[in-house]
Amino acid sequence: MAKVAQRSEPAETEREELISGSEAIAVACKLADVDVITAYPIRPYDTVMQYVARLVANGELDCEYIVAESEHSQFEIVKHASAAGARVFCGSSGVGWMYAFEALTVTPALRIPLVAMVGNRALDDPGAFGVEHNDALAVRDLGWLLVWVDTAQEALDTALIAWRVAEDRRVFLPCAIGCDGAFLTHSQSIVRVPPSSWVRQFLPPYNRGDLLLHPDNPITVAPQVNEDWLMELRKHNDEAMTRARQVLREAYTDFERIFGRTYGNPFFEEYQTEDAEVVLVGMGTLSMPVKVAVRQMRQQGLQVGFVRLRWFRPFPTQELAATLSRFRAVGVIDRDYSFGSPHSSGVLANEIRAALYSAPARPPLVAFICGLGGREVTVPNVREMTELVRRAAAGEPVESTYWIGIRQ
Amino acid sequence: MAEAIATTPLPTLEPFKGVKKVPLGEYFTSGHRTCQGCESALVMRLMVKAAGPRTIVLGSTGCMYVANTTYYSTSWVVPWMHTQLGSSGSAGLGTAAALRALMRKGKLPTEPINVIAFCGDGGGADMGLSAISAALTHTEYNFLILLYDNESYANTDIQLSGLTPYGAHTTFSPPGTAKRILHQRWKKNVAGMLAAGHPSCRYVATVCASYAVEMMNRVRKALSIGGPTFIHSLDPCPKGWDYDPMLSHELGELAVECGIWPLYEVEDHKLKLYGRTKGIAQGRSKRRPVRDYLVRQGRFAHFTDDDIDYFQAKVDEMWERWIIPGVIPFASEITNGRSPD
Ligand SMILES: Cc1ncc(C[n+]2csc(CCOP(=O)(O)OP(=O)(O)O)c2C)c(N)n1
Ligand code: SF4
Repeated sequence: MAKVAQRSEPAETEREELISGSEAIAVACKLADVDVITAYPIRPYDTVMQYVARLVANGELDCEYIVAESEHSQFEIVKHASAAGARVFCGSSGVGWMYAFEALTVTPALRIPLVAMVGNRALDDPGAFGVEHNDALAVRDLGWLLVWVDTAQEALDTALIAWRVAEDRRVFLPCAIGCDGAFLTHSQSIVRVPPSSWVRQFLPPYNRGDLLLHPDNPITVAPQVNEDWLMELRKHNDEAMTRARQVLREAYTDFERIFGRTYGNPFFEEYQTEDAEVVLVGMGTLSMPVKVAVRQMRQQGLQVGFVRLRWFRPFPTQELAATLSRFRAVGVIDRDYSFGSPHSSGVLANEIRAALYSAPARPPLVAFICGLGGREVTVPNVREMTELVRRAAAGEPVESTYWIGIRQ
Repeated sequence: MAEAIATTPLPTLEPFKGVKKVPLGEYFTSGHRTCQGCESALVMRLMVKAAGPRTIVLGSTGCMYVANTTYYSTSWVVPWMHTQLGSSGSAGLGTAAALRALMRKGKLPTEPINVIAFCGDGGGADMGLSAISAALTHTEYNFLILLYDNESYANTDIQLSGLTPYGAHTTFSPPGTAKRILHQRWKKNVAGMLAAGHPSCRYVATVCASYAVEMMNRVRKALSIGGPTFIHSLDPCPKGWDYDPMLSHELGELAVECGIWPLYEVEDHKLKLYGRTKGIAQGRSKRRPVRDYLVRQGRFAHFTDDDIDYFQAKVDEMWERWIIPGVIPFASEITNGRSPD
């Protein structure tokens, strides 16, 4: 009998793979040893489930994989699975996310950790498949942790961080990861995939403790309350959201220690801001054209920078206000819109205006609506926006909101 | 990793042989605020008594949520969790899936744990129907969905649902001067629909708590047979049906005796009539006229003789002509004067 060569286990290292943003999150599900996953088709989120399904079919991911009959069921199934102690994942896009809205509403109220991917997509009608952030932003007032990622690498890393933070007993809230439809969900790039042993060091098993729904722990979950208790419960949820800021910082510190990859400030990325006079602010894959434009404009001597917000909930009010008040003017690019809102702006611009209100130095803010429904945000668009911000910095009169790249 | 199991282990729940063999332990006790004479509350009590202490109960929004679990008090001795009005199917499925994953992966000790998700007729037969239907196709998970049918959206003040009987007076279907009968639709046949449409579901039954031991034994069979199962219970509701609360059991019996509520189970595609229904089908007792049932309830007080005749004709039609497609040779068996089995 031929002797089988003894191979020593190779030292565990990261592997480089060419994968899309959706695939990166599917890989994160495998690394996190997720127990229950539910799927229901809608573009562009469904790509993550196509990868998950393949991992399950090939025996690489050991979970209960349930194809549901609607998004409402999809989110209710994982909500209850999490209550019974399972680590869970699901997601959706656009109107699918809205169809699940009732389930999305009760999940944070019940302090249920759940990690979801939102493949951001415009809300029908008219049927539109391209990216817009209004879908995920709809849960901003409900107690969801909400983060936007920019690259497939960040998607994978953030998913691991999301489970860690969501399942921390101090938090116990669901987390939605915003992934720009097509630009991120469908685009491949090189991703460093960590070995599962590293992930195990970073991500402890989900322990629901005294809130586990099990015959050994016969609790009643969500008994009916009225005015006599509801305010206290809402306040508890708010305290969990407040604590999430610190838990997030700890998670990023640990992430850097174990994976050797640093994200600096967890809440937002600053790009060429050190000596910038004006900055643009935005979320998600917008960063690509903005960064290119910033580099070009800098070659022409314009001192412009970019701040890419990651964590929208909890909102980094103090940190962002401190950073933005360094500049002479701020331009906020929204890939969403809030009809009838203050200054007819997008959601992000309104949040940043609110955050800046109590800042010692309050730079002028110009809001931009751009790239709706997946329309490309071009380098000339970014230059146009920068020019308007520079005019605001110079004290020239500008409007509070501009729609950029729109046909007249 | 723990040894792989195909599914979570099943409990052994032999039928109770007579009322004296029913254990005294209660898992749904004091602390609730249901109306006097509420049969649905009794159904909760019997359902979980039949299941025993190693049970998780999920309850969708409705009277059996709002009146049974008040913050800082609960009538449930076993773990209980609320689910959304249309989510009893998803709640049962999600909980059973978690148990299966955690036991399979060695994260929880392997043991039989009953999962029961209940819903009212509104939540179950209307908005929750698609989730229940989907849940019944997931054969690798063990759980029971119990629909307690008080024939109205009772909790929100007695509105008509897809299971409200023809012509009943509800707050959404009051008798008026221009339209005496505002609700003209006939009640959906939920148990039959689910039995017929879900060939992999091993057990579907109708029950009535007026026959308590029979009802508990159906629950025990549903929980021990494996896979997802469904039970539909008809529950007289003194508030919504408008009768003296002391008559609740009697009304349940009348519904069965008048043939309005046939008691049957479909086990592995085989129909079995049981109890009074079987007796009627076999000609041992006579089907009573529906009038006996209708006149005892305020919700039918506006009925004329014609309305009662119409109601009777529809019930007769069910007994004489109905077939549940692909599953139940109901009509021919009954016209031959014998019940299948
Ligand atoms: C999505 C949704 N729509 C409406 C309601 C309001 N609601 C609360 S209880 C209830 C009645 C439920 O009726 P049913 O399922 O028949 O149970 P019952 O109250 O009769 O016990 C309704 C409509 C709700 N909770 N959720
Ligand atoms: S309204 Fe009917 S179902 Fe609701 S608690 Fe009262 S009797 Fe029971």
